[in-house]
Amino acid sequence: MQVTLADIKRGQQAIITDVSSIHIPLKLLEMGCLPGNLVELVQVAPFADPMYLNINGTHLAIRKETAIHILIDITNG
Amino acid sequence: MAKQINVALIGNPNTGKTSVFNALTGLNQKVGNYPGITVEKKEGVCKLPRGVKAHIIDLPGTYSLNASSLDENVVIELLLNKNDKDFPDVAVVVSDVENLKRNLLLFTQIKDLEIPTILAINMSDRMKYKGIQLDIPLLEKELQTKIALISTRKNKGIDELKELIINYKELSVKPCVNASEIDPNYFDNLRKAFPNQLLYKLWLVITQDVNFGKTDRNEVDAINSFKTKSKADLKRLQQKETIKRYQFINSTLKKGHTIDLKSAKDLRIQLDRILTHKVWGYLIFFIILLTIFQAIYVWSSVPMDLIDTAFAFLSEWTKNSLPQGAFTNLIAEGIIPGLGGIVIFIPQIAFLFLFISVLEESGYMSRVVFLMDRIMRRFGLSGKSVVPLISGTACAIPAIMATRNIESWKERLITILVTPFTTCSARLPVYLIIISLVIPEGKFIGLDYQALTLMLLYLIGFGTAIFSAWLLNKILKIKSKTFFVVEMPNYKLPLFKNVVLTVIEKTKSFVFGAGKIILAISIVLWFLASYGPGDDFNNAESIVTTAYASENLSSEELQQKIASHKLEHSFIGIAGHAIEPAIRPLGYDWKIGIAIVSSFAAREVFVGTLATIYSVGNDEEETIKNRMAGEVNPILGGPLFNFASGISLLLFYAFAMQCMSTLAIVKRETNSWKWPTLQLVIMSGFAYIVALIAFQVLK
Ligand SMILES: Nc1nc2c(ncn2[C@@H]2O[C@H](COP(=O)(O)OP(=O)(O)OP(=O)(O)O)[C@@H](O)[C@H]2O)c(=O)[nH]1
Ligand SMILES: [Mg+2]
Repeated sequence: MQVTLADIKRGQQAIITDVSSIHIPLKLLEMGCLPGNLVELVQVAPFADPMYLNINGTHLAIRKETAIHILIDITNG
Repeated sequence: MAKQINVALIGNPNTGKTSVFNALTGLNQKVGNYPGITVEKKEGVCKLPRGVKAHIIDLPGTYSLNASSLDENVVIELLLNKNDKDFPDVAVVVSDVENLKRNLLLFTQIKDLEIPTILAINMSDRMKYKGIQLDIPLLEKELQTKIALISTRKNKGIDELKELIINYKELSVKPCVNASEIDPNYFDNLRKAFPNQLLYKLWLVITQDVNFGKTDRNEVDAINSFKTKSKADLKRLQQKETIKRYQFINSTLKKGHTIDLKSAKDLRIQLDRILTHKVWGYLIFFIILLTIFQAIYVWSSVPMDLIDTAFAFLSEWTKNSLPQGAFTNLIAEGIIPGLGGIVIFIPQIAFLFLFISVLEESGYMSRVVFLMDRIMRRFGLSGKSVVPLISGTACAIPAIMATRNIESWKERLITILVTPFTTCSARLPVYLIIISLVIPEGKFIGLDYQALTLMLLYLIGFGTAIFSAWLLNKILKIKSKTFFVVEMPNYKLPLFKNVVLTVIEKTKSFVFGAGKIILAISIVLWFLASYGPGDDFNNAESIVTTAYASENLSSEELQQKIASHKLEHSFIGIAGHAIEPAIRPLGYDWKIGIAIVSSFAAREVFVGTLATIYSVGNDEEETIKNRMAGEVNPILGGPLFNFASGISLLLFYAFAMQCMSTLAIVKRETNSWKWPTLQLVIMSGFAYIVALIAFQVLK
């Protein structure tokens, strides 16, 4: 099974591998959520939704429904 | 006189555009540490050296030229329309030194539109703290622009920026990135079809979601034939474009930008561990709210009493020192008490604005959005709806404007419709005076009853807003794409100056806005209360004297009887009695009825109206509160403002839609009369029923 951003745990780091899904808003890409960039989970709200992320130095929150479309490779943790 | 230079301030949200605007123009537009503070175009004039003038336009923040919400759309509409009177001669892209990479995306897009562009790198005061170094000359060369390194907080670099604006004609208009490389074939065809148009502009027009706008794009109307590509294809191309731009930016920054991570410090992680925590986060949010209400109540009671007494004195003094006559009466009995009814609430309003402004300036607001999103979503709202709901406690009008940065139309519409339920500052006067009359003083685990009642009213407001959102979410059948992306800005120490200015500006506009209405209404009311038709009014003295001839009344008591007989038969008394049957079941007399009717224009008029009605023909120096406490229920006896009628009134004001300006804004933001009409009918109808039940049960 593919690993998505929804699977990331606190303290883990990952590299984004694919964001081509139509369900990912363009705005997210424009904020730096692009293949090759480093991503880290800062905090999750109850039920792990929304997720507070640090993508290459940009801090933002997205909903889980979006996170499941972003593919990643977990690099540590 | 030379033509003014049109300057547009463009940039990502929260980079300090409005701060730059204020620094350039000397105006005081609202600044806050939350992405999406500015939601519409604001204009001002800046005097540049050597007698040149610039017309500065502050715009909402946007991450790119692909709009995904209404506020962002404002920017695109302006840049795509060369005929707009505000079309910029020069664009100043304001960026945040800490997020330069992301900020440059928008910069490269604007360069592609071949508009002369200056890059203003703001917040330079944070560079040392964050260990950032920039090679400005190199960046200027790579980006083919001029750079101003500025800090609006430290007031640095503003003069350099002005100098660059004057010399805007020297700026290069060469694009940085060639967007057409993402699909050469497609762009070639496009160029052949519209040889006279700028290619990148065509591309933007093709890819915009036209949901929002009504701009005149006639010049490129024929472009529809190029929309042939499917939505998915277009989106793929947009992704490619974004990636391409980032490649350019990365290679540029690799040369001109270094970060020494060792010297970078960050409080964010430590603070967010607690403030956005699953348990502590919510607890802290609740404590903050509780503190605000307690503070509003306790801190402002002293200045409030002072103001109340001062106005009573002023009214009395005017009466005694001006020559007797109708005009003096108008001032002393109509205008002064009416205005007193609003001035008295300045302390509370100012405290409320103070707290909201600190929450916004610190960066905490985005954390609340994060904490609340999941919960709000259950009710058909977005985490971003929390901001309008909180700022709605100040005033529903800016709150409804603030919904513009919610991406989904359905979530936005619901937020607009329910926001007027939150307790705005105009309700505060009504609540405060009635609470002080009908709720006993006393303490419950350190919190006073009166403060608790106030908090309860705020909770009722929020609760109703959320419950109606849930209902609307079930009822409304609107399909709209929903997504949610919110930036979490760094925490900042609120800038004292910004906070104070916001408080002063807001309080001023509250007082003057309401003051104007109240002035007009109190003059009208005074006339209506001081004159009347027919015998009953004109011969009041002889009628009353005969009626009470047998009872041995002192002349003072007799005067009182005459005054109240006159009021009953004045124009306003007649009108009041006409509506009395409708409001008597709610526990009100005709005077309260008049106050409710006149406060349909604006809620805060309520107290002022009562103050005017009560003081007509009344010679004693009295505060508003004491006059209200002294009123007797004409039918049931006992004080008019007792527990039952008081609660009934409080609830009526909690729910009723009594604000013309809000209705007008809702009309504008939803572009239809349907929604404001529904709001008015449903909210006020509901208010009437609840107030009726409350009084009948409690009496
Ligand atoms: N440290 C620092 N903070 C700044 C500076 N300029 C602005 N700020 C802060 O940055 C935050 C955002 O400022 P605004 O002027 O509201 O930003 P904006 O770009 O107009 O934001 P939106 O209208 O929401 O897009 C506020 O908290 C400001 O106090 C600066 O030079 N240094
Ligand atoms: Mg702004």
